[in-house]
This record gives sequence, C-alpha cells and structure tokens, in this order.
Amino acid sequence: MHFSTAAQAVDVQDEQPRVRVAARDITRRYGSGENAVDALRGVSLSIVEGELVAVMGPSGSGKSTLMHLLAGLDTPTGGEIWIDSTQIGALGDSALTELRRRHVGFIFQFFNLLPMLTAEENIRLSLDLAGERGDHDWVEELITRVGLGDRRRHRPAELSGGQQQRVAVARALVSRPTVVFADEPTGNLDSKTSAEILELLRQAVDEYGQTTVMVTHDPTAAAIADRILFLADGQIVKQLGRSTAADVIAALEEVSRS
Amino acid sequence: MMRVALKGLAGRKLRSGLTAVAIILGVAMVSGTYILTDTIENGFGAVATQAYKSSDAVISPKTGFGDEQTGAGGFPAAVLDGVRRVPAVRAAAGSIVDEARLIDRGGDVLGGGSAPPLAFGIDPRGDESLTPLQVTDGELPARSGEIAIGKATAQDEGYAIGDTIEVATSGPSRNFRIVGLAELGGVGSLGGSTIAVFELRTAQSLFDKQGKLDLVRVAGDDGVTPGELLSAMSAQLPPTVQLRTGEAQAAAETDESSENLELVNYFLLAFGAIALFVGSFVIANTLSITIAQRTRELATLRTLGASRRQVLISIVVESLVVGLLASIAGLLLGLGLAQGLNALLVGVGIDLPSSGTVFATRTVIVSLLVGVIITLLASIRPAVRATRVPPIAAVRDGAVLPPSRLERHGPATALLVLALAVAALLLGTVAGGLATGSRLLLCGVGAILLFVGIALVAPRVVKPLASVLGWPATRIGGFAGRLARANSTRNPSRTASTAAALMIGLTLVTFVAILGQGLRGTFVDSVDELFVADYALTAESGFAALPPEIEQAAAATPGVQLVSAVRSGSAKLGAEDVDVSAVDRRIGDAMQIDWHRGSDAVAAQLGRDGAFVTHDWAQEHDLSVGSPLQIATPTGKTLRLTVRGIWREPKGGSPFGELAISHAAFADGFPRPRNDLTFVNMDGGVSAASSAALERGLDGFPHAKVQTGEEFKDAQVAQFAQMLNVLYVLLALSVIVSLFGIVNTLVLTVFERTRELGMLRAVGMSRRQVRRMIRHESIITALLGATLGILAGVLLAALVSQALADEGVAFAIPYGSLVAFLVAAVIVGLLAAILPARRAARLNVLRALQYE
Ligand SMILES: Nc1ncnc2c1ncn2[C@@H]1O[C@H](COP(=O)(O)OP(=O)(O)OP(=O)(O)O)[C@@H](O)[C@H]1O
Ligand SMILES: [Mg+2]
Repeated sequence: MHFSTAAQAVDVQDEQPRVRVAARDITRRYGSGENAVDALRGVSLSIVEGELVAVMGPSGSGKSTLMHLLAGLDTPTGGEIWIDSTQIGALGDSALTELRRRHVGFIFQFFNLLPMLTAEENIRLSLDLAGERGDHDWVEELITRVGLGDRRRHRPAELSGGQQQRVAVARALVSRPTVVFADEPTGNLDSKTSAEILELLRQAVDEYGQTTVMVTHDPTAAAIADRILFLADGQIVKQLGRSTAADVIAALEEVSRS
Repeated sequence: MMRVALKGLAGRKLRSGLTAVAIILGVAMVSGTYILTDTIENGFGAVATQAYKSSDAVISPKTGFGDEQTGAGGFPAAVLDGVRRVPAVRAAAGSIVDEARLIDRGGDVLGGGSAPPLAFGIDPRGDESLTPLQVTDGELPARSGEIAIGKATAQDEGYAIGDTIEVATSGPSRNFRIVGLAELGGVGSLGGSTIAVFELRTAQSLFDKQGKLDLVRVAGDDGVTPGELLSAMSAQLPPTVQLRTGEAQAAAETDESSENLELVNYFLLAFGAIALFVGSFVIANTLSITIAQRTRELATLRTLGASRRQVLISIVVESLVVGLLASIAGLLLGLGLAQGLNALLVGVGIDLPSSGTVFATRTVIVSLLVGVIITLLASIRPAVRATRVPPIAAVRDGAVLPPSRLERHGPATALLVLALAVAALLLGTVAGGLATGSRLLLCGVGAILLFVGIALVAPRVVKPLASVLGWPATRIGGFAGRLARANSTRNPSRTASTAAALMIGLTLVTFVAILGQGLRGTFVDSVDELFVADYALTAESGFAALPPEIEQAAAATPGVQLVSAVRSGSAKLGAEDVDVSAVDRRIGDAMQIDWHRGSDAVAAQLGRDGAFVTHDWAQEHDLSVGSPLQIATPTGKTLRLTVRGIWREPKGGSPFGELAISHAAFADGFPRPRNDLTFVNMDGGVSAASSAALERGLDGFPHAKVQTGEEFKDAQVAQFAQMLNVLYVLLALSVIVSLFGIVNTLVLTVFERTRELGMLRAVGMSRRQVRRMIRHESIITALLGATLGILAGVLLAALVSQALADEGVAFAIPYGSLVAFLVAAVIVGLLAAILPARRAARLNVLRALQYE
C-alpha cells in the first residue's frame, strides 16, 4: 500500500522506494462565487520511483486538473505538491521552467510536435531548450527503442499518428525526467497503435525505471499500470493495483454509479 | 451574414486595429499634406487679401511675367498724382514694397527661411483705410530714422517702442528707432517673414526708388463700382502699369504662391501614395492570414447554408468597416502630421506663412475615399479566396484552402509580371525618344510591377534566403534562434508578403541612397571644379541673396584683389523659360569655366549685348558663336543678344543658368538685381588675417556670411545631404507602415501557434526563450524584406543611373548606407516583435494546451 502522506513519505524514504511525486490535500477551484467549480476537493497521493500510475474517472472528474497541478503547469487553490523534495507551489516561472526541462516529461493526446523540426530534432527539444548536448548514446538508444531509426529525418507531417506519438514518447523520456505525465496518450490512436505506445510506456518503466503518471479513459491502457487511481467529483474514490481490463471496467462502473 | 462579419470584427479587435494602422498612416500623410498646403495657401491668401482689403483698385508695375509682388522696380510717382485727379477717386495712397532684414542685437538676421522679410514704405499722411497694416502700438513712422516692426517679432525678440533696431536693405545696414508695432491683420503666422515699415520717402531712398512707387491703392467714391472706377482711371495711366481691382490683385499674388505650393503638395502626396501602397500589402496579408485561420469557421457557415456570395460580402464588409474607421482616424491624425511636415519644411528653410488650420471638404473626401478604396482593393484577393473554402473543411481537421488560380500559375505569373516590370523600366530609362512625362510614368508603373513581381516570386526564395539570413539568429539566439529560423520558413508566402511590405520602403530608400550618392559625387566634382575663389559671400539664410552694394564694401576692404558676383533671373525665349545669369568681367578668376568656344576673355567683352551659353543649350537651340538671341525679361523688355562663347557646364550642375550676360545687360532687363554669389580673392589667399579683414570690411552687412572656398563647397554639399535626409524622413513613413505589417503577422502567428507555444512551455521553454524566438523570427522577416528591397533598389538605381549617365550620374553602391539600412531593418524587426513576443511569453500554458 503506497497510499501515504507526503510527510511520511519523506520520513520513510530510506527504507522504501523513493517517493518521486507527492501531493497533500490539494484542491483546485475554478472561478469564484456562484459559478465556482471545485475541480479537485482534497487529493493526497504519493508516487514512488519506477511506478506507472494510471488515473481514471468519468469526464469532468478532475483528471487533467490533477495532472496539470502535479506537473506544475497550474497552481492549486490549497494543499502542497512535491516533485522529489522540491515543493513546487513556491516556485516562480523560471524555476518552474527549469523543473519542466529537467524533472518533468509530457506526452499529449494530440502529439504536439513541432511541424518544422525533424523527428530527431523534436526528440531533442527539451535538451536543446536547455542548451545541453545531452547524452548522445541515450538519444540514439531512445530513437532505436521507439523504432524511428529510419525515420529520424522525417518531419511530423510525413509520419503516421502512431509514429508521431512515438516521437512524443521519446521526447518525454530524453531528459530522464523524474516523472513523465501522459494525458490520454492513446486517445487519438487506433487500438493496434495504442497497444504499441502502451508497450513503449511500460518498457520505459520496466527498463529505465521511469516514473510515469497516465490519465486515460481506456481500460486496456489502465491495465498496464502498477496502480490505478479512480477519481470522481474531484476526489480519489478508489484504488486498484495491477488489474485486468475487465477489473478496470467493473471498477469504473462502480465509481460512476456512486 | 452582415452581423457575423461585424461580430467577427469586434472579436478580433487587436488584429483589426493593427490592420487599421496600415491605412491610418497612409491616409494621415494624404490628409496632413492637404491640410498643410491648404493652411499655407490660406496664409498667403490672407496676406494678399489683407493687403488689398480696403482697396477698390490697385496699380502695380506691369510685369512681363512672374515676380508679381515685388514688381519690376516701380513706376513713376507721378502716376499717383494723375490718379488723384480722377473724379471717381476718393483717396489714393502710394507705397513701396520691398525687402528689409531686421538684425537682432547679436547681429543675426531675424526670421528666416525662404520667406521674404517684408518691407513697406507708407505715406503717413495717406488715407489710413488704405494701409494694409494695423498699427497696434505707437504710430506709423513719419520721419527718416523711424521704423515700425511686426508685433510678433517685437514680442518674440523683446523689442519695444523707443528701442533701436538694425536694418539691412540694399546698402549697408542702418539703425532705426522703433516708433510703432504693426501687424497684418487676419494672418495667423507669417512664417519666417518679418515686417518693417518706413516712411514713404525714407523707403524710396533706402530702396533706391526715388520718385517711384511700387503700388498705388485707390478707394473710389461711394456708389462707384470697382468696374466704373477702373474704367475711369485707365485713361490716366501710362502703359507701364497694371490696373486691377483689389480682389484681382490679391488673387494674382496668391496664384503665384499657389503654383509653388502645388509642387510641395504633389511631392508630399507621392509619399502618402507610397505609404498607402505598402499599407495595401499589409492589409492583403493580414486578411489572408485571418481567413486561413478562419477556414473552419467559414466552412461551418457554408455547411449552414451561407452562399459564396455571402462569404465574399462578409469579408468585404469587414474590410470596408476597417477601412472607413481607419480613414477617419487617419484624417484626424493628419492634423497632427501637418505640423510635423511643416516642421520638416521649416527645417530645410521653407518657413511659410499660415493662417488658421484649413480642413477643407476636399481633404475629407479624398482621404476617406483613398483609404476605403485601397482597403477594398487589398481585400479582394483574400475575400475571393475565402469563398473557395469548401464546406467539408468544417469537419476535416487541419483542412487547407485549395490553391488559388494565381498560385497554380504562380511562377508563370510572377515571371510575366517581372518581365513586364523590367520592360517598362527599360523603356522608361534607357530607351530614347520619349517625353519626360511618359518616362516617369513608365518608371512608376515599372516600379509597381517590380514590387508585385518580387512579392509573387518571394515565397520561393524565402527558404534559401531565410536559411542564410537566419544564420546569425541561430548563433545569437541559440536554440530559440534556430526555432525562429525554422518558423520563418513554415509559411513562405506569409513571410514573403510580410517582408514585401518592408521591401518596398527599403527599395526606395536604397534607390535614393544610390542615386543620391551618384548625384552627390558629380555634384561634389562640379563644386570642386567650378569654385576656385578664395572666399564666397552668401546670405546667412540659405535661399536669400545679397544686395549688390556688398561688392563695393568688399572691394574697399584692404587686401582684396578681386570681387566677382553672380546674379540670376528668369527670362523667356519664345515660350520657353530660360535661366539667366549675370557675371562680371573677371568671373574667370573666381570660377573655372570650361570653354568650348571662347575663353575667359569672353566675360570681359560681353558688353550690353553679349552672352555665353551652355554647350547643351547651344546644341538644343542650334546656336553657335555669333548667333543672335532675343529674350523677354520680367520687366517686359526685350534683350537682343549675340552668342559670344559656349562653355561646358559640369555634369553636377552649376550656379549658372543656360544663358549668361553682363551685369550691365542684366540691369537693363531685370528688376532689383541681387547677388546669389559674391566671390572674393585676397592677396595671400585664404588666411586667418584675410578672413578677419573681410569680416571687418563687411561689418555693415550683418546678414552676409563670409566663407572660405572650402567652407562654401562644404556648405553646398551639406545642403544636398539635407535634401536626401528629407527624402529619408518621408520614406520612413512607409517603413513604419510595414513595421506594423510585421507586428500584425506575428500577432496572428502567435495566436495560431498557441497550442504549440503551450507545448514548448510545457517541455521547458522559458519565457525569455519564447520572446527571443519571436524576436528572431521578426528580425529574419525584416532582414528578408531589407535584402529584397536593397536588391530591388540597386537594380532600379542601376537602370536609372544608366539612363542618366549622360547627366553625369555615376552608379556607385554606398556600402556604408546599405549596411545602415540592414541595421535599421534589424531595429524594425526588434520593435515589431515587442508586442507579439510579450503576448507569446504571457500565454497561460494550461490554456494554451487546452486551446483548440
Ligand atoms: N479553466 C477552467 N475553468 C473552469 N472550469 C474548469 C476549467 N478547467 C476545468 N474545469 C472544470 O473542472 C472540472 C474537471 O475538469 P478536468 O479537465 O480536470 O476533467 P477531466 O477529468 O480531465 O475530464 P475529461 O475526461 O473530459 O478530460 C470540470 O468540471 C471542468 O468543467
Ligand atoms: Mg481531461
């Protein structure tokens, strides 16, 4: 059971796997007054190194909001968030930029590649932004791993959706971030291509120990996760360990009923 | 559909606003020009109207042509007595009208520029209603030694009644006691003009017009119409004078000034036209981008049943509204710009009178029409493209517009346009046998075609050019710079048309710089070649001349070897204008004349009927030594001359007219001789001692400037440079318009790339890097425009220099200036990027990611 408060997580760091991402009692309210929407109503969690966590829940339950907060793209209305031992609520824009460069990787539903850059250039993007040469072998390995060795000079427009998302996966991994966030990474792909991308994500966790948080609607996707968090109405209402797609579907139904 | 158009407009305020700027500036230039010239014209009109307000009739000397106001040296004062005897005449007053410079306590001339320093000689016993002046303080001078000066001058310079003031007329300057302050009522500002009023007899002797008058103002008896008055008087008058009603006289004097103003008007309007042309590029480009971005929206409208016509109309209405609002704003901005333009004119020594800002209906109509029409024309192509958006684009993600017909035949069209452009330019410049008017027209059409042609070709050269021009960005801007370079070639036609707007301005600037350099070269050569005298005496203010009396003063200075003066006037040979110079016997010692026929001795032997002419003019008129010539002079006389020599004028021009005659012959036919240039040679040449001696000798002429030969040459060249600077300032307007074009494109691009910018920020791009990226993209675009512009400018200048080679215009590339233009382009890019870069950096990352 990894469900613990951040304070405990820091304390027990030595005996247990290292906590990479932690949140304590975070809330997020959009708007104010009558129109206020409470997207998150007190979420606490901790994610340890090498863990692949899936976040599921009905539409509007606050999945994306949670991920944006964890990644430092947005600031919570209340509560605290740590990435490694940095409390990110206190960071200014340049520190957050730095954090995103080195500690966070992103995979988007719509790939979001730069159309004028080649596959390889897109993969190197965060290194280049940081003005780093990067580890050449690592970049090579990633390119091979995601199966784009022969496509490295192609531009996004010349790649299929699946290939584009592979580029995005490699781009997220290139800086060996503390944690990779993926918001519906397979939401825009067919089932065969989805499977390939999920395979890649799982391999990254297994082989490189890449801590990963993935928001998904797809029970098959959730089935690759070590742990599945179910959100409903801005709160974590259920957790599962490794599960089959069927278990996930059942859990989802239960969650949406309540 | 109309509502959709207007709602869309309101929803895109920033974009519409920036588009509007392109029109606002051009229209402001048009309206500012009209306002300025109307105001000045009104000022002239007010001066003239005021001068003859109470006169029923005015007698002035009959002139051959031109030079209305100051007449031709007056007419016998006896005319006045004759007029007074006419029964219908109630009162008549004679006056002198001339020029007198007021000198301040520091020895500097008051007023300035080319505006005349007005002097009046008025009979204090004359009928007061016949005076053009209103005495505000004190009284009119009644004795010699007394003066009344303009009230404005007195206030500005701190003179009061009882003070003495130095006045320079034709002879050495003298002191006068101020007894009154006067003004020309109804005139707002006299510009650089000053007023000096003397007692009539004093004026007559001051201006060497003893027993003469320049003007007689006449008031008729009550009940006598001006027409009756005129016919009653005409029998009394000698044929050397001219009789007009007061109104007609005012109109005649105003007309003369208006002609010159018209030139200023056209000159300035040309720059308004250029700015508007550039503006049309900006508008067309902005609209195209907006329409590309609205593809989905337009397609949705089509699926909902909007017809092509409706789509077209909605876009056209949108531009119409923007065009109209922008034109109104430009019209009003013109009020301010008129002041700026006036300051520019004053800066180059054209300080003209004005009277209450004139905002004519014509100004309003022309400005609005021009603004709206240009906007509409510019919107046609984008609007037609918008109609091609297929309804299916509503459901297809990332649908692109089908290529337009023009695009499909792009290369062919571009080449055709370019070929036409070059053909027109060649015809206009190199080909012979065409009138100057059609040559200019061909050049103008050629230049416009050239711009359009280059704009059409440009998308194809954006990639290679940007990779070269973007190289510094990748060095300086790091990764952000590299992204910027990549971004600049993402949509080549967009980058190309943005750059094209800047290109136009830079083409013209380059053209002016190269031609200017070429002209300057020949000009400097000519100046160097011509002027060999030790010293030159000129008037303190640029365009003015000195009285001939300065020659005696100079000659009387110890150590002076030679004084030689050049005077000039305008005459007519048949219907043709001819510039006439007057030289003295030893001009050959002051100026180096390259004789084709004859020698320096010719100048000494001109007598009253000799002339020497330029080689070109001699050929044109089939003249050789011994040929007879007849010219009509402004005083209405005919001078019969014989060609005694022919000389080759240097290619860069000279202060000489086509025809040169002796001072004696000049005095026969031209009123009020004035020295444009007075040369002096001293024993021992140029030295501090010589300079000091000359200064001392010319103490009585405080408005005269003593320059050494070198100083004189430098001053001539400086004047030339100043004219170039005026052109640069005026062309800067079109560069500013294109700057807004870049801002516009960038803002639209940032908007379009919102999601992408969000991703970049999410994966670790800092705000600074975002700003840097936009900035470099902007600079690359600006450099693209500059490069194309400089190339086109060099091409144009090469053609035109070729055409003018006979005039001695050399083609030389001013590398320094071109580098300066590139630097200026970088600055334009930097400025243009400020707003878009800030917007891009401020993007909310989350919102950007969620944005669709
Ligand atoms: N910028 C915002 N302003 C106001 N309300 C917002 C905003 N963003 C999200 N919300 C609201 O917060 C709640 C949670 O939204 P969130 O995007 O986190 O849901 P989600 O679980 O990711 O849904 P989906 O599965 O549809 O992506 C929703 O009710 C949504 O309407
Ligand atoms: Mg979501």
